[in-house]
Amino acid sequence: MKEWDVVCIVCPKGCRMKVTEENNDMKVSGNQCKRGLTYGVKEVTNPTRVITSTVKVNHPIHRRMPVVTKGAVPKGMMLDVMKEINLIELELPIMVGDMIIGDVLGTGINIVASRTIK
Amino acid sequence: MREYDTIIIGGGPAGLAAAVEIYNEGVTDILILERDIQLGGILQQCIHNGFGLHEFKEELTGPEYAQRFIDKVEELKIPYKINTMVLDITKEKEIHIMNSEDGYQILKAKTIVLAMGCRERTAGAISLPGTRPVGIITAGTAQYYLNMKGYLVGKKVFILGSGDIGLIMARRMTLEGATVLGVAEILPYSGGLTRNIVQCLHDFDIPLYLSHTVAKVKGKDRVEGLTLMEVDENRKPIKGTEQEFEVDALLLSVGLIPDNELSESADIDIHRRTNGPIVNEKMETNVEGIFACGNVLHVHDLVDFVSAESRRAGRGVVRYLNGEKTLSKGVETVNGQGVSYVVPQKLHVDQIEGKFAEVFLRTTDVYHDAKIVIKLDGKEIKTFKRPHLAPAEMEHLKINKELIDIDYGQLSVEVVEKEAN
Repeated sequence: MKEWDVVCIVCPKGCRMKVTEENNDMKVSGNQCKRGLTYGVKEVTNPTRVITSTVKVNHPIHRRMPVVTKGAVPKGMMLDVMKEINLIELELPIMVGDMIIGDVLGTGINIVASRTIK
Repeated sequence: MREYDTIIIGGGPAGLAAAVEIYNEGVTDILILERDIQLGGILQQCIHNGFGLHEFKEELTGPEYAQRFIDKVEELKIPYKINTMVLDITKEKEIHIMNSEDGYQILKAKTIVLAMGCRERTAGAISLPGTRPVGIITAGTAQYYLNMKGYLVGKKVFILGSGDIGLIMARRMTLEGATVLGVAEILPYSGGLTRNIVQCLHDFDIPLYLSHTVAKVKGKDRVEGLTLMEVDENRKPIKGTEQEFEVDALLLSVGLIPDNELSESADIDIHRRTNGPIVNEKMETNVEGIFACGNVLHVHDLVDFVSAESRRAGRGVVRYLNGEKTLSKGVETVNGQGVSYVVPQKLHVDQIEGKFAEVFLRTTDVYHDAKIVIKLDGKEIKTFKRPHLAPAEMEHLKINKELIDIDYGQLSVEVVEKEAN
C-alpha cells in the first residue's frame, strides 16, 4: 500500500489529508468536503496549479494587466506557461474575462484578463 | 454646507461592500473617498487566486473579486472621488479632503464609514538589526512594484516573516525568475495559511526556517547579504547557529496594522489588541454614527469576511439614519485564556439581526483538539469544538442570542485544550 500526506489547497481551510493506494484503489481521508476528494487523488496522480501573472499594457496610467489561467495547468509546466505570458503585450480596453491566450501550450486551458481596464 | 447621508472613507473591499449595501437598503446619498488612482484597494495588486469562495462560491483572483464590487458601484451610479486624500475627520463628522480637482474642501456627513484598511509593519517597527541599505522592502510594496508596475525588486531574495503576503511573493518572484533563498519565521509556527505554505513554498522547494530570524543585514548602498540565526524559546538568537546568505533584496512580511490615524482624530476609542476601533454588533464605534469595517477594524485573513462585515456596517448606517435607538446597555466581550482578541467588543442583544450574535476571534497559540468556551458573567453558556486552532486563522462563532439576552454583562471567550487521558 502506498500512502501520501497531502494538504488540500482548494480553499483556505487547508485540510490535512491522507491519500492511500491499494490495488489501484485510491482513498482519501481527512477531507472536509467533496472537492478535497478530487484534489487528493489528482495531487498524487497528476498535480495541477492555477497560474496568475501580469502582462504588459500600453496605457497612460496602468502598466500591467493581471491574468489568470481559467482552470489548472500541469504543475511541471508552470515555468513554460510563464514564458508564454511574458511574450504578450496588450492594447486596451480589455474587460475582465477577455481571452488573452487560448489553449496555452496545448493544455486546453485559456488565459484570461482578471480585471477591466478601459 | 452640503451634508451627505453617508461618506465612506476608503474604496477597497470594505468601503465598496458597505456602499452597495447602504444603497440597496434605500439610502442613496453616498460618497466614497479613495486616495488611489482607482477603486478596489489592495485587491488590485493581489493578483493570485483564492478569493471569493464564501462570497461568490467560486475561486477568484483579487482583481476579479474587486471588479465585481466596482461593476456594482458603477451600475448603481454610487458617487466616488478617486485621487482624493482625507486629511482629517472630526467627531462632528466633518471630513477634510484634498485633491487636485477640488482643492481643499470640508465635507459634512450624517454618518461615516471608516474603511481605510491596514498598512504593513516595517524594518523600523521590528528593530531589524544591521544597516539600512536599498533593497529592504515590505512584501506588499514588492508586490505593488511587480504586479502594478512590472518591476522585480531583486533576483536573490530572502523573506523575513511567514505572513501570507510574504509566502505569495515567494512564489510570485520565483515564477518571474528570481531565486528565493528562504523564508524565516521567528515563531515555531507559520503566520500564513497552510495552503500557502504548500503551494508557495513546497511547490518550489523554498525552505521555511521556523524559530529563525535575520540577526544582521549587510550592505552599504544596496543590501548584500544577511545573517540568519535560530532563536530560543525567548526569541533570543542562539550562538553558533549563524548562516550567511548573499541577497540583493530582503522582503518583510511581519504583520499588518489597522490604519487608524484618522479614527483617532475623531476621538474614536482604539482597542489595544486589535489596534482598531472598539465597535458594537453593528460595527458602530463609540462616536454615534461613525462605523468601521474591514482591515481598519481588525486584520482579516479572508476578504470574504471583510465583505460580510462591511455589509453589516452598511445596514448599521441605514438603521442609524432611520433613527433606531439602542435600548440595552450591552454585553461586553473580553478575551480569556488563549484568545488574543474578540470583535465586536460590545453586543446589544436588542440590536442583533437574526438569531445569532456573530463574533470573530484570534487565538494566541496553535491548539489541537481544543474547545472554545463562552462564558456569560462567569457561567459557561456554550462551547465550540475545534480540531485545530492557529493565530493565523481567524475564528468565526455564532452564538444564539437567546443565550446572552441580558441588559448588560460580560461575555468571555477562552480556549481550553482537551486534556490527555
